Amino acid sequence: MLEQQLLNALTLGSVYALFALGFTLVFGVLAVINLSHGALFMVGSYAALAMVTRFNAPLWLAMLGAMLVSGTLGLLVDVLVLKPLRLRNAPHLIPMIATIGVSIMLTSAAQGLFGAEAMRFPEETLPAGEYIVGDVHVRALEIAIVLISFILMAVMFTILKRTQLGRALRAISESPKAAWLLGIPVERLFHATSFVASALGGIAGVLIALDFNAITPGMGQPMLHKGVAVIILGGMGDIRGALIGGLFLGFAEVISKAYLSSQMGDAVAFGLLFLILLVRPAGLFGRQLERKA
Amino acid sequence: MSSMATWFNDFWSTYSTLVFTVGVHAMMALSLWLTLSCGLLSLANAAFMGIGAYASALLTLQAGWSFPAVLLAGGVAPALVALVIGVPVLRLSGVYLAMATLAFGEVVRITILNMDITGGPEGLNGIPLATEGWHILLLLALTIYVLHRLRRSKVGRAFESIKEDEVAARLMGINVARYKLLAFVLGSFIAGVAGALNAHFTFFISPREYGFENAVDFLTMTVLGGTSGLVGPILGGTILTLLPELLRFLHDFRSLVNGAVLVLVVLFLPKGIWEPRRVRAWWVRRTGVSK
Repeated sequence: MLEQQLLNALTLGSVYALFALGFTLVFGVLAVINLSHGALFMVGSYAALAMVTRFNAPLWLAMLGAMLVSGTLGLLVDVLVLKPLRLRNAPHLIPMIATIGVSIMLTSAAQGLFGAEAMRFPEETLPAGEYIVGDVHVRALEIAIVLISFILMAVMFTILKRTQLGRALRAISESPKAAWLLGIPVERLFHATSFVASALGGIAGVLIALDFNAITPGMGQPMLHKGVAVIILGGMGDIRGALIGGLFLGFAEVISKAYLSSQMGDAVAFGLLFLILLVRPAGLFGRQLERKA
Repeated sequence: MSSMATWFNDFWSTYSTLVFTVGVHAMMALSLWLTLSCGLLSLANAAFMGIGAYASALLTLQAGWSFPAVLLAGGVAPALVALVIGVPVLRLSGVYLAMATLAFGEVVRITILNMDITGGPEGLNGIPLATEGWHILLLLALTIYVLHRLRRSKVGRAFESIKEDEVAARLMGINVARYKLLAFVLGSFIAGVAGALNAHFTFFISPREYGFENAVDFLTMTVLGGTSGLVGPILGGTILTLLPELLRFLHDFRSLVNGAVLVLVVLFLPKGIWEPRRVRAWWVRRTGVSK
């Protein structure tokens, strides 16, 4: 029983981590809390569903399509909304408020287009295999979810830690102005970051939609709140923190749902987040940064 | 005269709830304005409204308190909560404060959802109708009066200096932590009273009305109207309450407009609709008369 719960927690936690990775990347590089990240996640799952049901696309292609759609939308948000605010030197909270507006727009558009009812992937499009290890039932789907999440995260880590591009992004996160003076194309990297982060959000949406097999216009909102919890657990802008925080939240949630009550599981996550903000605002593993927010 | 009275009666029986809601939303926008005027972005005001609504409704239903006492309790209950959580939470600033208050709001919502006394997800039903038009008008006027006096007082100037530059305010000898706490607690009090008023004319309350979306709605009202004065939040609250009624023909796409309004205002009207200087300049241009 416990093993089964741990497997569920790993599946859920790895998607949380993937979602939070994009969320925290935008904060690290653009210094913006992008509250439309949850809506972009939701858009990704609808995009994949549309490709599977309308164009009979295979699942892997639908996932790529979802990344492309969410990524492009994220890029548009950066170009149309965040960039003008950057040029105006708007106070820090203003871009965050603007992304709330974007989130409302996307959610409402999805509800208008697809209705409020939950939609599902057709059964035959899902990977069907199931393996029994000891007492644990392992669905092929779960293996795929965990593998995809970890591969994408590994790719991101490698880019950020090992490549010239990653070094440029880390320089921007220290100081955009200094990076610009050093000849780093800051604006272009802001756009690229927005695209990649939103694409990661989009595929996280597909993975969650597959895991629960339900897609609703409102699915981005609770996910966004969990993303907030994760990046605060792990430290805002901290890539490794997002991974550890995501897995941690997955486990905390599944365990408290199994042993407390199903609804209180969510409250536990937020209560924990609340406590961490009070005790260690820079996150569990974060160094204390003085950023004038 | 009598046809006028008939017209008014017709109008009132159809639209009284809407008018009441405008008043309550204006109070909520003002409560958010108060915390913003001290430089705090709090996303907990919807939760405070919920605490006020539930506290007052339960006191009416289960303890049989009188309506004025219930209204007062509706304000005091969230103010006490704000006092307790304010001390640690207000050490945070900027986005961290926004995130902490967001998390607090979720904890409140989920707690209400899971308690027996609050009726869980079904909410509380059959709250007696006690709120009348003049109650809302009076309390809204009182709120405006108090906030207006506050703005011109030492406290208001302290809020403003903290909003402009916290470090400079501290260096001038302003007790930043205490003033922030004051703004937070007062804001929660107003939100709680608004919640109590709301609970006693809608007949029914549920946890769904006090979540993150609602916190965002109130923020939108304040940002749309403009934060430079008291007129802005009231205007914003009125517009965003009436707008969905006028846009019924858009059906599911209705709230798309709310989101678009928020984005467009932030992009093109950073100070909101009601910006005294611009309005005055426009008036002078139109009439050629300067006041």
